[in-house]
Amino acid sequence: MPAMSLSSRLNKAVRQQYLNLPQGEKSQITYIWIDGTGEGLRNKTRTLDFEPKSLDEIPEWNFDGSSTYQSEGSNSDMYLIPVRMFRDPFTLDPNKLVLCEVLKYNRLPAETNHRASCMKVMEEIKEHCMWFGMEQEFTLLGIDGHPFSWPTNGFPRPQGPYYCGVGADSAYGRDIVECHYKACLFAGINIYGTNAEVMPSQWEFQVGPCEGIEMGDHLWVARFLLHRVCEDFGIIATLDPKPVQGNWNGAGCHTNVSTKQMREEGGLQYIEQAIDKLSKRHPQHIQMYDPSGGKDNMRRLTGLHETASIHEFSAGVANRGASIRIPRQVGQEKKGYFEDRRPAANCDPYAVTKIIASTCLLYSEDKEESM
Amino acid sequence: MATSTSSKLNKAVKQQYMDLPQGDKVQAMYIWIDGSGEGLRCKTRTLDTEPKTIEDLPEWNFDGSSTYQSEGSNSDMFLIPAAMFRDPFRKDPNKLVLCEVLKYNRKPAETNLRQTCKQIMSMVENNHPWFGMEQEYTLLGTDGHPFGWPSNGFPGPQGPYYCGVGADKAYGRDIVEAHYRACLYAGVDICGTNAEVMPAQWEFQVGPCEGINMGDHLWVARFILHRLCEDFGVVVSFDPKPITGNWNGAGCHTNFSTKEMREDGGLKIIEESIERLAKRHQYHIRAYDPKGGLDNARRLTGRHETSNIDEFSAGVANRGASIRIPRAVGQDKRGYFEDRRPSANCNPYIVTEALVRTCLLKEEGEEPTDHRKLTA
Repeated sequence: MPAMSLSSRLNKAVRQQYLNLPQGEKSQITYIWIDGTGEGLRNKTRTLDFEPKSLDEIPEWNFDGSSTYQSEGSNSDMYLIPVRMFRDPFTLDPNKLVLCEVLKYNRLPAETNHRASCMKVMEEIKEHCMWFGMEQEFTLLGIDGHPFSWPTNGFPRPQGPYYCGVGADSAYGRDIVECHYKACLFAGINIYGTNAEVMPSQWEFQVGPCEGIEMGDHLWVARFLLHRVCEDFGIIATLDPKPVQGNWNGAGCHTNVSTKQMREEGGLQYIEQAIDKLSKRHPQHIQMYDPSGGKDNMRRLTGLHETASIHEFSAGVANRGASIRIPRQVGQEKKGYFEDRRPAANCDPYAVTKIIASTCLLYSEDKEESM
Repeated sequence: MATSTSSKLNKAVKQQYMDLPQGDKVQAMYIWIDGSGEGLRCKTRTLDTEPKTIEDLPEWNFDGSSTYQSEGSNSDMFLIPAAMFRDPFRKDPNKLVLCEVLKYNRKPAETNLRQTCKQIMSMVENNHPWFGMEQEYTLLGTDGHPFGWPSNGFPGPQGPYYCGVGADKAYGRDIVEAHYRACLYAGVDICGTNAEVMPAQWEFQVGPCEGINMGDHLWVARFILHRLCEDFGVVVSFDPKPITGNWNGAGCHTNFSTKEMREDGGLKIIEESIERLAKRHQYHIRAYDPKGGLDNARRLTGRHETSNIDEFSAGVANRGASIRIPRAVGQDKRGYFEDRRPSANCNPYIVTEALVRTCLLKEEGEEPTDHRKLTA
């Protein structure tokens, strides 16, 4: 089939025979990291003589940063520091997936390592027990770059029937979503749910609630699982925020936020305070909400297709055209959480959660300079 | 190609992932009826333990502006779990959860006909109203042409297809077989299947179900059919007249009985009910498809085993009548009757409700009675 990769047509029964081979005491550890683009994921695997039970049993490693847009060839070694471990849903137990931070040769964080500074902020605000839930939208493409299952050289019926749809004329590529969900559950990712999205071939999964630094960790690994599952099927998942021009929805990463105070009785006042602070730092947030300082989101946040315009900040109860939406239930119960609808699908969740935490809990107008 | 691209994704790969253990976590797929009154929508959430009853399932919400149900500026709508089934796609311990939709003010959404139906059914519990609905449907390729028909053409005329066997008579039996098994697994009260008069048209029957269960079981059976066809890469249509010309339409014949009708001498009650129905034809026609009768106007022509939409008729073993009394019922002098008017895309909640209102609550006139004032 033209839409699916050659690789995906390799005989999976043959593959299974080999993957069924026992491996004795050895375990395979796949190290995962974010490359120099701030969006791409890389991975390589090593053997350990035992099954690691905790993170500290997994050694530091290194890689060639000049091949990942991260360093010069003359000084290319970069460090991989394991930060979180998951079960491997591809090669199964006892093998592991290990998310890593990248350090430069001088052991300072690499340019696209936003985790290090995010960790510092999350430590500072720990007492607030800030929870996040992120709604990752994505679009499936064939290897020809056209949305998966769309007519070649053409378009499907206009948007309307696809959101949460069922049926071969409404849901394109559900197999990927089903398999990704199972893979996440097996791996130990905190996956909350899934649904089909407004544009055909577009889907969403939600990760959370996660506290602090966990949000970024779980979301990045969930993204890795998505790319890896798609690779097996021979198609591509893109996190581009506006994959198709015209009357077709973009892809975001709506971020739900709450603190202990917001979740308790009368929490609505803390939500409103937080929104007030967010309203004063709109351009700073937009800069952090996609990997190109806002340029990607310019194509998506138009004020149409259930987005707010990139130029203005707005907030409202149950309003999907606003920058911040307060869910109706929260408005009624006067406590809960709020939803920041601005982050793009390809955002870095460390950068997003860090600036939200900073603005809501560490910001005051006179401190602006130092933030 | 008549089948979807999605259906050509490698199922062996899929099976490897679907076999992964999921610990104690459970996937609950919430299902609801959208603003069209015919379309189904679904989304899934993870639960930490297996729900044993419907009460274990939390309320949820969704974006009604994307399902023809609300405006973007005030789009949240509520999902209230109503009936739970096993999930034949993801299997145990995972669940399918049929939901009612409430608006932002917690009043029923326009196409939430379940709430009123439940209220009416609760008024007649002692009469034990039983229903059996015969769901006809047509299989289409992704090009919109009936599945198995020659592209740009037609098969031989109707005659050999009804309950037929053989590759030249039965188109798409795999779907029917898979659907039957999936319904049995899920806990849907499916009581049978057969091939229908038009090629690529099939029928399954759900029942006997008492009261509100009829609507619940039929909607979930429809969801399972859509979802299954998606896996196979074909489309199921509940349109009441998918092909114009000398080709059958698709209905949802509704069989109905009460405790009294099923007992000795029940035929008398059946005949009384039919007299009441005769006086309320327009009210029922309005309830029997999602467009107040416009869809059925294409189907109820008086030909192809239908009655004419403008006239009410009844008769023993008469398939050209609005109401048919099965021959055996005529002989035993008790049993049930069949209302042949509902279209394939009807909403079973309002169909069953209408039968109860007219036959048990003995309502008259063109409008349904508002019983809330009486029971307040």
